[in-house]
Amino acid sequence: MKWKLLAAAAAVALATGTAQAQISGNTVKIGVLSDMSSLYADIGGPGSVVAAKMAVEDFEKAHHPKFKIEVVSGDHLNKPDVGSQIVRKWYDEEGVDVVVDTPNSGVALAVSEITKEKNKVFLGSGPGTSDLTGAKCSPNTIHWTYDTWMLANGTGTALVKHGGDTWFFITADYAFGQALERDTTNAVKKAGGKVLGGVRVPLNNQDFSSFLLQAQASKAKIIGLANAGGDTINSIKQASEFGIVKGGQNLAGLLVFLSDIHGIGLEKAQGLILTATFYWDMNDKTRAWSKRFAALDNNKMPTMVQAGVYTSVLEYLAAVSAINSDDGRKVVAQMKKKPFDDPLFGRSYVREDGRNVHAAYLFQVKTPAESKGPYDYYKTLATIPADEAFRPLKDGGCSLVK
Amino acid sequence: MSISVPALMGQLLIGLINGSFYALLSLGLAVIFGLLNIINFAHGAQYMLGAFVAWFLLDKAGLDYWWALLIVPVVLAAFGAVIERLMLKHLYKLDHLYGLLLTFGLALILEGVFTNQFGSAGLPYSMPDKLTGGYNLGFMFLPTYRAWVIVASLVICVATWFVIERTKLGSYLRAATENPSLVQAFGVNVPRMITLTYGFGAGLAGLAGVFAAPIYQVSPQMGSSLIIVVFAVVVIGGMGSIMGSILTGFGLGIIEGLTKYFYPEASSTVIFVIMAIVLVVRPQGLFGQR
Repeated sequence: MKWKLLAAAAAVALATGTAQAQISGNTVKIGVLSDMSSLYADIGGPGSVVAAKMAVEDFEKAHHPKFKIEVVSGDHLNKPDVGSQIVRKWYDEEGVDVVVDTPNSGVALAVSEITKEKNKVFLGSGPGTSDLTGAKCSPNTIHWTYDTWMLANGTGTALVKHGGDTWFFITADYAFGQALERDTTNAVKKAGGKVLGGVRVPLNNQDFSSFLLQAQASKAKIIGLANAGGDTINSIKQASEFGIVKGGQNLAGLLVFLSDIHGIGLEKAQGLILTATFYWDMNDKTRAWSKRFAALDNNKMPTMVQAGVYTSVLEYLAAVSAINSDDGRKVVAQMKKKPFDDPLFGRSYVREDGRNVHAAYLFQVKTPAESKGPYDYYKTLATIPADEAFRPLKDGGCSLVK
Repeated sequence: MSISVPALMGQLLIGLINGSFYALLSLGLAVIFGLLNIINFAHGAQYMLGAFVAWFLLDKAGLDYWWALLIVPVVLAAFGAVIERLMLKHLYKLDHLYGLLLTFGLALILEGVFTNQFGSAGLPYSMPDKLTGGYNLGFMFLPTYRAWVIVASLVICVATWFVIERTKLGSYLRAATENPSLVQAFGVNVPRMITLTYGFGAGLAGLAGVFAAPIYQVSPQMGSSLIIVVFAVVVIGGMGSIMGSILTGFGLGIIEGLTKYFYPEASSTVIFVIMAIVLVVRPQGLFGQR
């Protein structure tokens, strides 16, 4: 009896001992770093926290993991220094294992560096820059939902194929806008289209009427908006005022989120063409999940960034559970091992360079007559298969690719 | 670049439209500075509030654009009067800097509260049915709404100038700024007049906000992006000069429009370049006397 008890005690001690060595504190801590209060708050923000918590709940229900899971969140205010500070504190003092979301490419690049240094995991659903899987790639980072190359290539190529072979750009005059314009120009030319002209507009411009007139005069079939946020919203609103779409030209938003369309309203956004990897109304799974999400987030339907937060957390937890470890590099390696069925994005796989690859879609914004109600905004024009949606592995210049 | 006359005409007209916003806002600033000696940095926030009140009226009370044109200036004027009574009143004897700091702080608080409440993407405000559509002028498509904004702001600007420069009430106002105690001795209630003046300036900003709501997104930051340009307009026109601020507003709108055509990269800086030149050559501004 005594021996049996001792053996049992030893076994328990051993078991917990190894568990502690594998998953620190027997707790997996997820940090949602996002813009909680300013221009990207509707794209990621508090909705991303909701998505992360849903993933935790679903994972616990399905797998009954032996470790505890916690979610914390932080507001990076779109400043790389603020974001870095939060993440360092999370990693050093609070035992956070993985940082998710993080819209704003500048902050994301900083977080990716720190994550590599501390051997944790960064799952970027929010940022756009394709440098995260190119020159600045890291064995601890997975770029989850979309990137600038995919946006430019998707919208550019698909539109030319659908007859939109002449382009005029309205570009935000700074690094992001210029890169987007350059990438899209390449895609358009490769597909056999022509760029008739463009105009570089100072960032955060109120009035686009002058530039829209120039675009109108160019007679280009497609007016590409290489800008974001408020600039995109204002250019689309004013384009409708000047009868651009009614006059036979189409707008192509190169980075547009569902929340932007909700802010502009269909009356003014109708006809807009855009690329995204997720829309709530695609199949039964996306509809069911999105309705659950909306019920938890003030009846707002999820953006692709928020959907990406959900599935990236889910996949991460599955990998941690499979290898019973929260070692950053090992978990990411595990996630890269085999393709998986993403409940919201469909068939996916994570490449060597950290790019999560899945299909993308070309959408067009519905007319008010076609829409059945709030958030019934997109119709699908084309599906871009996963293999064509993202930059070819060899073109990125990532040092992890041999 | 080859210059096409029709395109140029289009840009000139658009410049005029933007100019009418500059004129309307700088007019309010000029009136407030001229009569109160306050550099009203809260002007942009009051313009933003005007747009938001219009949105509230439509969304919560079902009152349309035309009602907003009437109600918003009154609401903003009352808001302005309260601020003047409670805060600004205590600063008249101090340096300009204190009024500037107070109103700047107010602007930051208002913007912060609204950003927190409504997010940054902004809210849509639909255009009144009667003013949708537009005219094909041959060289450009002129939306009806923009034409309306030009006409309406011209009328308001001229009326304001007339009241201040050509009527008895206006002469009291001007006299009160020159020598308040003397005017008070003649039995005119100077403090009340000053309160009403600030309220009037705030009301003008609110009205500009209503004009802007259907064109721009109703967003917390809409004022701060405009206010700096409008200040430059006032400086170029001459601080406190009513006619100067109107003419400069329209004129700079046109210059900016031309820049957008010939060299768009500079369109956000051209006004400040002009401001710098004017300050060097004629520090009191184009129309300023002081």
